[in-house]
Amino acid sequence: MAEVEIRAVTKMFNKTPAVSELSLTIANGEFVALLGPTGAGKTTTLRLVAGLERPERGSIWIGGRDVTSEAPADRDVAFVFQQYSLYPHLTVFENLAFALRAPIRRVPEAVIRTRVEEVAQLLHIETKLHNKATQLSGGQMQRVAIGRALVRSPAIYLMDEPLSSLDAKLRGEMRLELKRIQTDLGATILYVTHDQTEAMTMASRIGVIESGRLMQIGTPREIYENPINAYVAARLGQPAINLLPATLFAGTPRGARTIGARTEHLTIARGGGDVSATVKRIEHLGDQSHLHLDIGGQPVVTLSDPEANLAAGDTVSLSLNKPLFFDADGGRIAA
Amino acid sequence: MAQIRVESLDKSFGTFHAVRSASFTVEDGQFLCLLGPSGCGKTTTLRMIAGLELPTAGTIRLDGEDVTMNRASARDIAFVFQFFALYPHMNVRRNIGFPLKCEGIGAAERDRRVVEVARILRITHLLDRPVSGLAGGDRQRVALGRAIVRKPKCFLMDEPLGALDTEMREEMIRELRALHDRLGATTVYVTHDQLEAMAMADRIAVMNNGIVEQVASPRDIYDRPVSLFVADFIGSPPMNFLPFRGSLEPGADAIRLGDRDVVIPAAREARADGELVLGVRPEHVRFSDRGMVRGEVYGVEYLGTTQIVTVTTRYGALKARSPASLPLRTGESVGLDFRPDTLSIFDQQSGRAIRTALHEGGVHG
Repeated sequence: MAEVEIRAVTKMFNKTPAVSELSLTIANGEFVALLGPTGAGKTTTLRLVAGLERPERGSIWIGGRDVTSEAPADRDVAFVFQQYSLYPHLTVFENLAFALRAPIRRVPEAVIRTRVEEVAQLLHIETKLHNKATQLSGGQMQRVAIGRALVRSPAIYLMDEPLSSLDAKLRGEMRLELKRIQTDLGATILYVTHDQTEAMTMASRIGVIESGRLMQIGTPREIYENPINAYVAARLGQPAINLLPATLFAGTPRGARTIGARTEHLTIARGGGDVSATVKRIEHLGDQSHLHLDIGGQPVVTLSDPEANLAAGDTVSLSLNKPLFFDADGGRIAA
Repeated sequence: MAQIRVESLDKSFGTFHAVRSASFTVEDGQFLCLLGPSGCGKTTTLRMIAGLELPTAGTIRLDGEDVTMNRASARDIAFVFQFFALYPHMNVRRNIGFPLKCEGIGAAERDRRVVEVARILRITHLLDRPVSGLAGGDRQRVALGRAIVRKPKCFLMDEPLGALDTEMREEMIRELRALHDRLGATTVYVTHDQLEAMAMADRIAVMNNGIVEQVASPRDIYDRPVSLFVADFIGSPPMNFLPFRGSLEPGADAIRLGDRDVVIPAAREARADGELVLGVRPEHVRFSDRGMVRGEVYGVEYLGTTQIVTVTTRYGALKARSPASLPLRTGESVGLDFRPDTLSIFDQQSGRAIRTALHEGGVHG
């Protein structure tokens, strides 16, 4: 494992910048997730580190070495793609062992066997080692694809939405396992996703990326609690942060155009608060319940407290508890 | 609009029994989700309602009329598929208007209805665009438009949002439900995604291995599951299951778990000594130094307002959802308590829930 540094990298596609002046250092043993919507430039960033794309400007450093002009094979990186590509005619064992059997690596057979078995156990596919890759479920195939990267000990693992093809339950389990494996191995991972839950639960730091630019980087808690603008604030949190006109509440700071209020920023009581609101409905989503409120035509959604016993039609009062404030351009301003 | 009654419906493909004695009613104007894992029989059930498959046994009634053997075209329903087939050589306007043209409706009336549907779906600005350049969400809106424009008695939808990415899907969930509230058309919607079902349905029919396990409101399905399968399938993370051995008498309001008594909703039926399972939702697990189950924190997943904490215990790994402000570290020793009035008890072997006070007060069907 090694430190990886992206220095002021720009990548153009047809005169449009896919990645602009992006700088990011991934420390040895760190799990960094790039979070952004489709087309934000996160996969391009990953491919630049892998050497599958060449930047127009800037450089990539791995373990203190400038690798910008090196071929992918010389960079000591392992890539896990969204679409798992396994060798269909090989068994799970042979798929996992494949990378170690490359002639340049000269890994002894006994070491290969031990390594493959270790990784299979980590991924709970140890009973499938002698199955053909095509005889597996989607979830198992994706675990083999991750396992093929894990059997190696590269400078960095590059992962492009590796869990997105799994069903919700398996994804939940794999999140916890992948984080556990990363911690146990001390692995350095650059992970690309548009799923805020994956980024929040696994990453040591999240980089929020938009239009090829890194908007903010920090721990999940920093990004969630202290976003630099309304865009970043809206990327994290379920239900999404309520962006309310500043005129709705008294005492907002000068220049504030928008109040950003999450569940924890709103105190809901039967009376005595600053503003009164009507309960529209309580939406039971399985994992949590959302309380839909209406403040004079302005919808507000928060996590509902199961012990509050509110029902549609009830009148409640709202008061703010250290919310976020944004100016006319969406920039964060101090409270 | 229409009521749909499905009575003892069976479907076999050779030796494979796809649907077994499925019965449920969708009332006029209701939105019912058929929810279950792939292969559970939900799509086959929908296709039988549509008339695309003939049942092996059983009856389908549309507004009381037996339509079991009627052809699909004679049923006045509209079907929306996951892989929406639009006519690539036609623009949006002509795609939406096409079903009306087939019915021989005149150009003026056709255009009036297309414009109205486009307004409802908020795609008025796309009417004269070719469908080939549209984004996934907009293509799906056009497909919906083609179904709505006919004003059929009911809508049948087979995973219509399955091909969309997460953000677009969440937006379309809200739109579809809002659309339903406006049109009030009886709808049967097939999905394997619990979030879609919980967010949209008036009632959910959970299917497993061809059997309808439970038909109830989303709230009841979540709070009062009738089987281990339903309890496990709904919820993210799913319900925790703690196996134990014991017996129950009517009125009993505690079980013996290890060397501690756990208070439960009072039993309403007797159960001889045997293998039972205590079911606890993650949000009903609480951290307490004097908690009845001890364990070690295996992982903490920060989600902003809340966090999911996985704790390894003698009953296996248990998951708790707690406020993110509660400081917990991996490896820490913790005690857990459960909120008594929400607990479920299941029979391990049959998988059925034991009737308790939990099941009173909810609406069942």
